Amino acid sequence: MSLSPVEGAALAEIESSDQEPDEKKRLVGRSPGQLVWARLRRDRTAMVSGVVLALFILAAVAAPLIQRLYGVSPNQQFGDLLDATGMPLGYVGGVSGDHWFGLEPGLGRDIFIRMIYGIRTSLLIALGAALVTTTIGVVLGIVAGFLGGVVDSVISWITDVALALPFLIFALAVVPTFSLRFYGPRDAVPTWFAVTTLIVVFAAFGWTGTARLVRGQVVSLREREFVEAARASGAGLGHMLFRQLLPNIWAPILVAFSLAVPSYVTGEAALSFLGVGLPESVPSFGRMIYRSIDYLQTDPAYVFFPGITIFALVLAFNLFGDALRDALDPKSSR
Amino acid sequence: MSAETEPLLSVRGLTKHFPVRQGLRARGAVRAVDGLDFDVRPGETLGLVGESGCGKTTTGRMLVRLLEPTSGSITFAGRDITHGGRRELRGLRQDLQIIFQDPYASLNPRHTVGRIVAMPLQVNRITPPGGVKKRVQELLELVGLNPEHYNRYPHEFSGGQRQRIGIARALALKPKLIVADEPVSALDVSIQAQVINLLRDLQRDLDLAFVFIAHDLAVIRHFCHRVAVMYLGTIVEIGDRDTIYTRPQHPYTRALLSAIPDVTTLGPAGRIRLTGDVPTPLNPPSGCRFRTRCWKATDHCATEEPALTTRDDGGQLTACHYPESGPVGMPTGEPVEVSK
Repeated sequence: MSLSPVEGAALAEIESSDQEPDEKKRLVGRSPGQLVWARLRRDRTAMVSGVVLALFILAAVAAPLIQRLYGVSPNQQFGDLLDATGMPLGYVGGVSGDHWFGLEPGLGRDIFIRMIYGIRTSLLIALGAALVTTTIGVVLGIVAGFLGGVVDSVISWITDVALALPFLIFALAVVPTFSLRFYGPRDAVPTWFAVTTLIVVFAAFGWTGTARLVRGQVVSLREREFVEAARASGAGLGHMLFRQLLPNIWAPILVAFSLAVPSYVTGEAALSFLGVGLPESVPSFGRMIYRSIDYLQTDPAYVFFPGITIFALVLAFNLFGDALRDALDPKSSR
Repeated sequence: MSAETEPLLSVRGLTKHFPVRQGLRARGAVRAVDGLDFDVRPGETLGLVGESGCGKTTTGRMLVRLLEPTSGSITFAGRDITHGGRRELRGLRQDLQIIFQDPYASLNPRHTVGRIVAMPLQVNRITPPGGVKKRVQELLELVGLNPEHYNRYPHEFSGGQRQRIGIARALALKPKLIVADEPVSALDVSIQAQVINLLRDLQRDLDLAFVFIAHDLAVIRHFCHRVAVMYLGTIVEIGDRDTIYTRPQHPYTRALLSAIPDVTTLGPAGRIRLTGDVPTPLNPPSGCRFRTRCWKATDHCATEEPALTTRDDGGQLTACHYPESGPVGMPTGEPVEVSK
């Protein structure tokens, strides 16, 4: 992106003239959405990270299909392929044509298909939690920043209280209590309930950062004359907040979102590890890593495959969020 | 401009005080605007002129109700709009629009030109005949922009073009009166002339009334039918353009006019130099507010505030106990008390 703010128009003309002649016609009538897409297309990082993300999401969505093609179910155990100490036979944790990423030590479950399902649970929880927290944070932050006064004081106070509560202790205390309220101590908690509980717990704490970020941005924008122009035309509060101000703060919100998703992936893993997350039968991405820590010396491959995958997922999210911010910013110089 | 015409906008005793607080206790108020009276007739242009901080912009913002007046009344087209809420003002907003000073801050950088200009239509849920897009392109053409720039962003335009976009937005609702808050002071001189001429053409073609706020006397003279000179939150003189520019009666108006650079008479000849600074609006001087810098001030000026009254029958109102007479430019010499 080489358009500087001042020369944007001029450069657009020059660029169009040294491309094919029909390019010029398109340039005149391009909508903002098309412009963002065109910028993303030209950004190599965005395309690579976008493709990686798309593959992850595709794998998550198509997990049952992959299972059918692969021919192994996530809870199927292959005890005959383990040695007497429970370690997988063969090299690199039992990698073979049937089990691409090897087998789990101990239970002998297939790592590849558990990872596919693990991506599914992790992404569902992380995206769900990030969406909920971002929505709450944006609404509260934008209202607090724009209205100011008493509303701002009350919302900021609630934010401070939520920040002061220790997340882990709260989660450890609330999640089991919450499950016991609806299910007996011996009942199996259904997966959807565990997932919803996790999202609610993340949402109760995660919105504070976004709310503070958005509030700060809005405070610096609310005195701008384009907001007053809307007010002078008779615009209501909703229009000024969500039509005038919100488009100007998409960039930090997207960055916050793209950083929140991987942190919820690890957050879910941590809670599952501590026993308040998902039940053991549900393949969880982060949970695999925590289980594999025990086998770090004896079976490094067990750590390697989920580790590399989660690294790629987090990196792709961050890079794509960054590229999207650049593409959304019409004044971006990159 | 016959006096019998019903005024479109009528302002009486308009006042805005900004409270100054220290902790929870109020510590007085900045008297930004203190008791303005003026009328604007349909199709007329009233210039508000004065130096920085005299309350011009505050006045303009009160007129379009971006600021709540402390006291006084604003009557627009026969309706009192001083304290109306958003719903009551809805119809009125369409007749009363504002053009802002800074063309870089007044356009939303994330909206396309088409969206910016269509915004007033959108918030008032108006669908013009032929559709919003057609109307926006008409407006862009009206202000001298290429209608094909519909999908561009503000940063792709120069300052003058941006100001034209702001004007198109103000025109979208077909207003009767536009408050122009220093619409050209952020622009280059060559661009200023283009924008002023555009506003003048629009005024003629669309029969608009303007309240034109500026500190540039030449711009005001070029554009306005009537001129109100403000000093420290009050109007010190108001009258027809030609009367104000050729026969100013208030000493402050004279001082202002004498400060216009004139290439034909370089040097200090005829220049009235005011000494000192503008007093603080937290605690303005008693009596006449200009007396601290006026070369004619007497004790009388300190005790009694001069009323805005006419001295002759030219329709020119002056707030001064010792008004000047004679054309501008003549050195006024020693303070002379004018017999009344």
